[in-house]
Amino acid sequence: MARKLNHKPLLGDWLVIIASVVAIIFMFLQFWSFEQASKLKIRQGNQIISTYDLNQTRDLRIHGAVGDSLISISQGKVRFKQSPCNNQYCVHQGWLNRAGQVAICIPNQISLQLIGAKSSYDSLNY
Amino acid sequence: MTHLTIKTNAEDFHIAKLTALAIGLHMIEAVIPSPLPGVKPGIANIVTLFVLYQYGFATAAWVSLLRVFASSLLLGQFLSPTFLLSLSGALLSLGALCVAQYLPKKYFSAISLSILAAFAHIAGQLIIVRLWLIPHTGIVYLIPIFALAALVFGLINGLIAIKLLKNN
Repeated sequence: MARKLNHKPLLGDWLVIIASVVAIIFMFLQFWSFEQASKLKIRQGNQIISTYDLNQTRDLRIHGAVGDSLISISQGKVRFKQSPCNNQYCVHQGWLNRAGQVAICIPNQISLQLIGAKSSYDSLNY
Repeated sequence: MTHLTIKTNAEDFHIAKLTALAIGLHMIEAVIPSPLPGVKPGIANIVTLFVLYQYGFATAAWVSLLRVFASSLLLGQFLSPTFLLSLSGALLSLGALCVAQYLPKKYFSAISLSILAAFAHIAGQLIIVRLWLIPHTGIVYLIPIFALAALVFGLINGLIAIKLLKNN
C-alpha cells in the first residue's frame, strides 16, 4: 500500500486535532462543572433525619449508633467536626461544599449528603 | 500417535515478527508506572498503525489482537479485568481504524488515524468499566482526563508512526 507520507500534520489532521480539543474542553465543562451545594441532607441508619440549609453557621449534634457526632455547618460548607468512631475517616474528609458530595461515618451510621439546585450523581442512591 | 502439523507460510512469520515487536512494547509499557490508573501511552499501537500502512488492515488486526492475547498471557492477566479492558480497547480502536483508513489520504495522515484510534480505545475501555467494573455514573468525571490523554498520546504515537514509515 503505497501512500504519500508527510511529516507535518495535514489539513485533515488539524481538523481532527481541533475537533478533539473542542470536544475535550466541552467534556471538561460538562462533567467538571461542580455546582455549589445549597442544602444538606443528614441520614442516620436508613432514615433521613433532616435537611438543612447550608447558608448558615451552626453546629449540630446527631445521635448515632455509637454516640454523638458533631456536625458543623459554616456558610455553604459542612464537615464532621467530632465523631465517636475509631478511625475518624469522616472527620478527616474535611469540609464539603459541592453538590453531590457525601461524607459517611459507617460506625456511627450517619451520612451527610450535599444537594444542589438540581440533583447530582450520588453513590448512596444508585 | 497422531501428529499435529501446523502449516505456516511467510505471511504467518511476518505477522509473528511484528506481533513480537508489539508485545515487546506492551511489556515495556506494563512496567512504566502511570500517574493515573488507565492512562498509558499505548506505544504498542504504533506497531498497529505501522502495520496498517505497510501491510493493510487484516495484518494490523492480527497483530493487534495477537498482541493483546499474548501480552496478557505473559503478564498473567489472561481473562482478568485488565485483559478485557485491553481487548475491548483494541477491538474498538481496530473498528475505528477500519473505517478511518478510507479517509482521503491527501488530507488525513497517520496522525488522524492514531488520534481516532486512541479515542476509540478509551471509549472501549470506559464501556467495560461502566458496564462491569464500576457500574456507577461517577466515572463521567474521568472521561475528560482519559480523552485528553488519548489526544496527547494519539498525536505522539501518530508522529512516531509517520517517522517510522518514512524511514522504512
